[in-house]
Amino acid sequence: MLLSELALGQTASVVSVEDAYPADAIAQRLRDLGFVSGELLKVRAVGPLGAEPILVKIASSQFALRLNEAARIRIALASSP
Amino acid sequence: MNASVASMNIALVGNPNCGKTALFNRLTGGRQKVANYAGVTVERKEGKFNTPQGKSIHVLDLPGTYSLTPSSPDEAITRDVCMGRIDEVGLPDIIVCVADATNLRLHLRFVLELQQLGRPMILALNLMDEAGRRGIKIDSQALSRELNMPVVETIAVQRQGAEALAKQLDLPVPTSGSVTRHADLHQRVREVMAIAVTVPEYSDSRADKLDRIVLHPVLGLMILAVVMFLMFQAVFSWAVPLQDGVSAAIGWLSSAVSSLLPAGPLESLVSKGLFAGLGTVMEFLPQILILFLFILMLEESGYLPRAAFLLDRFMFAAGLTGRSFIPMLSSFACAIPGIMATRSIQDPRDRLTTIMVAPLMTCSARLPVYTLLIGAFIPRVEVMKLFNLQGLVLFALYMAGILSALLVSYVIKKTRKDKSEHALLMELPRYRWPNPRDIAMGLWERTIIFMRRVTGIILSLTVILWFLSSYPAPPDGATLPAIDYSFAGRIGHFMEPLFSPIGFNWQICIALIPGLAAREVAVAALATVYAISGGDDAAAQALSPLIAAQWSIPTALSLLVWYVYAPQCLSTLAVIKRETNSWKQVFISTGYLFALAYFASFATYQLARMWL
Repeated sequence: MLLSELALGQTASVVSVEDAYPADAIAQRLRDLGFVSGELLKVRAVGPLGAEPILVKIASSQFALRLNEAARIRIALASSP
Repeated sequence: MNASVASMNIALVGNPNCGKTALFNRLTGGRQKVANYAGVTVERKEGKFNTPQGKSIHVLDLPGTYSLTPSSPDEAITRDVCMGRIDEVGLPDIIVCVADATNLRLHLRFVLELQQLGRPMILALNLMDEAGRRGIKIDSQALSRELNMPVVETIAVQRQGAEALAKQLDLPVPTSGSVTRHADLHQRVREVMAIAVTVPEYSDSRADKLDRIVLHPVLGLMILAVVMFLMFQAVFSWAVPLQDGVSAAIGWLSSAVSSLLPAGPLESLVSKGLFAGLGTVMEFLPQILILFLFILMLEESGYLPRAAFLLDRFMFAAGLTGRSFIPMLSSFACAIPGIMATRSIQDPRDRLTTIMVAPLMTCSARLPVYTLLIGAFIPRVEVMKLFNLQGLVLFALYMAGILSALLVSYVIKKTRKDKSEHALLMELPRYRWPNPRDIAMGLWERTIIFMRRVTGIILSLTVILWFLSSYPAPPDGATLPAIDYSFAGRIGHFMEPLFSPIGFNWQICIALIPGLAAREVAVAALATVYAISGGDDAAAQALSPLIAAQWSIPTALSLLVWYVYAPQCLSTLAVIKRETNSWKQVFISTGYLFALAYFASFATYQLARMWL
């Protein structure tokens, strides 16, 4: 499952961040920002038009991501709420 | 103490939103200086302070960055300074890495990355008060041991908040020691956190609740609209008593000074050139300050990035990005800081588009023109018992600028060849109460910039204009007003045929010329032209009724519309040149704005003549 598909309010954990093309600087930045395997995240809000961007809470930070950025992040739904 | 340790260079480095600038303000007080790094458009902020033992510390506030792999020119500068690649500032003796104590999971990764440069480092745990409130427990000693660097706790918003850092700087420079290379910095952060930091189960329900409202798709947009509307109403109504005060003070000063001078050219220069011009412009300082006050408070409180979040998709559709919101909002005060603020936009295409449309945001320099014309031509009546018609017209002018900007950026987007992906990737900082001290320092900085413009460019232009409109003197037996014979009169009459289709008379044509250098001078220029052509001192103080009697409403509306697009002032063009490093962009920007201005004014004038 991709982060771009995660519903508002649901919690998931990061599996990996995948390069959309070779030497993908956006993917690298996402990893630097803490989108790494095992981190829990949650979609806290979505933008008013086309549910984009999404506001993702990870650790104690929040990032606004567009859907094509979020689509680089592979996630697994968390079992616990 | 020997000379070699009596002074030291340190650099403040950290993630964006770590409170680094507040800490910098706390350390240096007013002793700071802002310039640019040579050859690039990145702000260089420096200051000085003394440690308790009298060591003189020179401190460099580096742009916030998440990583040493830069994604913008600002981030590249931070990396290069830390690596000693920038000769003009040299290699800092100590890198003080500032981290938000409430967000160590993110910020410690950068601390570890910086440490791998092998330079002496101190970690400043900022926002310790906030961490305490949230029940976050940090064992600084354990942290210091694990990271192998001194750790000090700071609270940038408190008077004693930076003391620990100043004391630490009195101690011998920490050795960088042997750097352990960690293959996975995030994994190492987790290990360090497990040993030294206890974070309670996350529950910041107040901020969460606030975000649910502020970022709500419908409520959030309504709040944003209200905030913006309030801001502009405030600029137009709250500033009035202050403006009256400024105007009275300058009027008093003018008559006091000119009564000391013998009648003649000097007296004429002082009262009609200097004070008439300067006074008209200074009167707008309160409005500019109120506008900046709003922007600073919105920025400090953490609201602006949220507004950017709400607007991103709209702005993206129009060829911009949510990040363009902050530069564009700053452009309402002045296009120069606005264009400079585009540095935080990583994508070069988004950045260029924002630079191109930023001058369409109604800058405060246009307010004098708007205020004068609205005051003279739009009746002060209430609409729906709630709003003032003058305020509504002002709002409409601002909206015209915004809508035009969106339209222009859309055209740029559609005509651009490179259509690869644009990134947003923006952190939303926590909410915080704006700190009066930081707001005051920000306002002070802006006041100084404005005053410098007034006293420099604007003043000299006003004086040149006074000369042009006073000489040559009319010949004996002249029947027309004196200004018709002057250089300015001739230039104005020469330009008139070009501008008469859009309703401008020759006096307005004269005012347009200095308006190129700085828009607010257009009003001062009109004051000067009319004061002299009327031959009456009172005219300078009473420009508004004078033009109300002499101009038609279509002319006034046309001039208002002209200034929505207005050819940019020279300082804006200079800053575009500097930020894009391209004359081509300067010409494109000037050309399209001039064409838009002429076309829109033409349409307005002709339509208004038909209907009004």
